[in-house]
Amino acid sequence: MRALRDGGLAGLVTLVLTLPIVGLRTVAAPEGLHVVPQIRSVVTIVLLAAAARFGIGLWASRPRASRPPGKGNAAIGRWVGGLGLLAAIVLPFVGSGYVTDLGINILIYVMLGWGLNIVVGLAGLLDLGYVAFYGVGAYTFGLLSSDFGWSFWEALPLCGLFAAGFGVTLGFPVLRLRGDYLAIVTLGFGEIIREVLLNWGVVTNGPNGINGIPKPSFFGLPFSRYAPDGGTTFADFFHLTFNPSQRQIYLYFVILAMALMTNFFTLRIRRLPIGRAWEALREDEIACRALGINATNVKLSAFGIGAMFGGFAGAFFAARMGFISPESFNFGESALILAIVVLGGLGSQLGIVLAAIGLVSFSEIARSLADLGGGLGGLIPANFGDYRMLLFGAAMVAIMVTRPRGLLSQRHPSVLLGSVAP
Amino acid sequence: MTRTPLLEVEHLTMRFGGLVAIDDVSFSCAAHEITAIIGPNGAGKTTVFNCLTGFYKPSVGRLTLHGRDKDHLLERMEGFRIARVAGIARTFQNIRLFAGMTLLENLLVAQHNQLMAASFFSISGLLGLPRYRKAEREAIDAARYWLDRIGLLAAADNTAASLPYGDQRRLEIARAMCTKPRLLCLDEPAAGLNPMESARLNDFLVSLRRDHDTSILLIEHDMSVVMAISDHIVVLDYGRKIAEGAPSAIRENPEVIRAYLGADDDETLPGAPP
Amino acid sequence: MAYFLQQLINGLTLGAIYGLIALGYTMVYGIIGMINFAHGDVFMVGAFLSLISFVVLSQLGLNSAVLAIVVALLFSMGFAAVYGWTIERIAYRPLRGSFRLAPLISAIGVSIFLQNFVQLAQGARPKSVLPLFHGGFILYRADGFDVRLSYLQVVIMILTAVLMVAFTLLIQKTSLGRAQRACEQDRGMAALLGVNVDRTISLTFVIGAMLAAVAGLMFDLYYGVIDFFIGFLAGIQAFTAAVLGGIGSLPGAILGGLLIGLIQSFWSAYFSVEYKDVAVFVILVLVLIFRPSGLLGRPEIEKV
Ligand SMILES: Nc1ncnc2c1ncn2[C@@H]1O[C@H](COP(=O)(O)OP(=O)(O)OP(=O)(O)O)[C@@H](O)[C@H]1O
Ligand SMILES: [Mg+2]
Repeated sequence: MRALRDGGLAGLVTLVLTLPIVGLRTVAAPEGLHVVPQIRSVVTIVLLAAAARFGIGLWASRPRASRPPGKGNAAIGRWVGGLGLLAAIVLPFVGSGYVTDLGINILIYVMLGWGLNIVVGLAGLLDLGYVAFYGVGAYTFGLLSSDFGWSFWEALPLCGLFAAGFGVTLGFPVLRLRGDYLAIVTLGFGEIIREVLLNWGVVTNGPNGINGIPKPSFFGLPFSRYAPDGGTTFADFFHLTFNPSQRQIYLYFVILAMALMTNFFTLRIRRLPIGRAWEALREDEIACRALGINATNVKLSAFGIGAMFGGFAGAFFAARMGFISPESFNFGESALILAIVVLGGLGSQLGIVLAAIGLVSFSEIARSLADLGGGLGGLIPANFGDYRMLLFGAAMVAIMVTRPRGLLSQRHPSVLLGSVAP
Repeated sequence: MTRTPLLEVEHLTMRFGGLVAIDDVSFSCAAHEITAIIGPNGAGKTTVFNCLTGFYKPSVGRLTLHGRDKDHLLERMEGFRIARVAGIARTFQNIRLFAGMTLLENLLVAQHNQLMAASFFSISGLLGLPRYRKAEREAIDAARYWLDRIGLLAAADNTAASLPYGDQRRLEIARAMCTKPRLLCLDEPAAGLNPMESARLNDFLVSLRRDHDTSILLIEHDMSVVMAISDHIVVLDYGRKIAEGAPSAIRENPEVIRAYLGADDDETLPGAPP
Repeated sequence: MAYFLQQLINGLTLGAIYGLIALGYTMVYGIIGMINFAHGDVFMVGAFLSLISFVVLSQLGLNSAVLAIVVALLFSMGFAAVYGWTIERIAYRPLRGSFRLAPLISAIGVSIFLQNFVQLAQGARPKSVLPLFHGGFILYRADGFDVRLSYLQVVIMILTAVLMVAFTLLIQKTSLGRAQRACEQDRGMAALLGVNVDRTISLTFVIGAMLAAVAGLMFDLYYGVIDFFIGFLAGIQAFTAAVLGGIGSLPGAILGGLLIGLIQSFWSAYFSVEYKDVAVFVILVLVLIFRPSGLLGRPEIEKV
């Protein structure tokens, strides 16, 4: 009964919310804007909202069986992780070029998610402009290669260092303040970097971006049909026939290795004093200070290291695309990476992989859903892919409200007394 | 009795806007003693701690900790340096543990500074060099020792949040002790404990002072604790110091009795004439 | 001189808009101590609401400017109020007492949702509003340069001033204001003393959203072009204004808004248009470093 009332109420509120914005769609016409009523959309949304609220009400009022806390998740996690890694390794050999490409995309976001996770998940610092460091890395490589002819592998360390430098410079003044100021400053910084890239034409070539960024080579062997100035190509060296997919597979493994390095680093540093201090800081900063921990420095290290991995990922992005422009580094991108970390469960490495797969391949999934039997009888609109960020925004709220520690998040202690001999 | 002072508080004053939370308070803590600060609610006891440990900057006053080789002027130091350099550790009135982390991790975080130095800012730690491994083993041994002392060794790998209240209080004390402090400041350690736990705490505090080079500054409402274990008592009321002395003298001090009876609660001094 | 005067007028107009948005940030921060990241997007929704009401009116053949303003005000404030209420109810209220980042992340979720919601419902292309007011006063004329004060600017400034006074009175003189201040001090104690904390917080969001909607209307009129993304930058700028004025302080928000408006306008006029947002950002960081409590705010001492 209560559920019914709540459902009705939710429908009513939704009606008020959607009536003007959805119901009165303004459309451009030669003589100016005019309004086209969208009654059907409003009715659909209102019914959906009412039904959803009704369902939640029923679900919440069901008799509850107390569930014992899950054990053995660590073992399952390890199994899933191992199988996933195996699948990731064989994927490019069995999948099509399209699948490999999608895989590269996903891995970039996995790496970004793991990098941001150090900042948000471990240290509990909300960074809303992570894409800025991604951009710094990408432009560092772009400029080093186009102006100084550096190769990917030469430039990579510098890209990370540069991004970390930016992180530390930005973090230094702000990290000593309340946590939520950091959030807004990083939000602003993400936007500022984009504006500087757009407007500082002399260096960044403005909105046109940077072209002709070289791809990474395999220990100096390029992936091209003919080697420049008579050198040996990858295909020559290994007596293979040249095939463009070789380069793609190579790129796939480069980003896979970089992502795994990020993961390895995170797992390792969690067991070191600095990693433990990050987590302690997330739990209680005041207690940390009382124990003699320099909170500003500890935060700065997390911020800088997170930025460094963003920079690495940016360098790879630049090398893979061969072209970068400021538009690749907008707030939407930061929001996507944050969504991956949040939906994956703050602090969970595996959760981030799953979230990245879900989020990056959402459009593909949406397309196949919409194709499936005419969108399940018209329930799935044809442009369902456009609903991606809308749904992510809603999911972020829903997860914070229901499972604030994330979906898969279950913390594993960094050290067990049982495992150390006395 | 000759007292070699460890901590000297001179003319400490703390104002919040118009409110004077502490008004020109001076006292000292002697080395190897247990000094208690008592007083009705809102007297400014916690504020004294916050000034000592650098969370508040005092409006006026000088706070000196006589270190092993030099004096530390606390009012000029950053909070984390007070704990690190001067060696003052504290607990909080409303417990502040790292709730999601295990007991062992809580105690390892307290040894952060020495572990950091041993891991050479994490580099030798990342590489797993022997120097760091040895330091880590020592830190774990220290944690094991303290877990044993507070009787929680068996729970070492549980999260701090899963402990009952009284155990959390003891864990917080153990965590503070892991920093090897010269002065341990405890803010109402017996609050919320039952009489038996409270008696155990007495023994624990006395043994702490006996076995370690640590003096204790204690805020406490529970007079059975205060009278039983402290060597010296400072009484605050409305931010002023109204009395100071040995427990027997404080028990008889008419001003103290008035402050406590006037405070209108159940904390009359045991054994004091009405 | 004349040029300077013109920039002053433009800056104050812009600053009035920022001030209105900043009030919402400051009120919410004051009462629940969180940055409402979605506030900029509520402003954006408000701008769309008034745009829609303009279009509907002109489609109905009603072309009076005064009528349009009055209807748009009521329409956008009314609906935006429901948005403010709903956001607090769904995304923030269940998170009181949750871990530190939860409300901030939730707010980001709301912000992403609103942007994409409006984009899907109204399209991604910028929408332009036909100017309602034409002409203005020429205040001063010097060496071939006219200092203009358009009727539109007059309307914006008067309307802003009136609303600010009205809301400030509301907050300072009524029982709602008292309840708000009580909740700011100590929510638990306020609840014990019979203040309806939930309702007070809801009302704070509702008022903030209404003021943001007014700012949205002004933005429509002043710039004439809006899209679903305007809330993002405007939000950061208004937040900077709130911090500059001293977050938690209502007069501070207005002062901060005016200052930010002036700085932007002078910066674009005398230095470069491209970097005007960078200038605001640099100010934000400088204020946070050197005067985190802002111009009119009280220093905040963390209670331990
Ligand atoms: N950060 C602060 N801002 C404003 N006032 C404060 C602050 N910290 C403490 N006070 C005020 O200072 C006075 C003393 O507070 P304090 O917490 O030191 O009392 P206490 O003696 O520890 O009391 P209790 O026995 O209840 O713990 C109180 O009136 C309190 O409201
Ligand atoms: Mg106290």
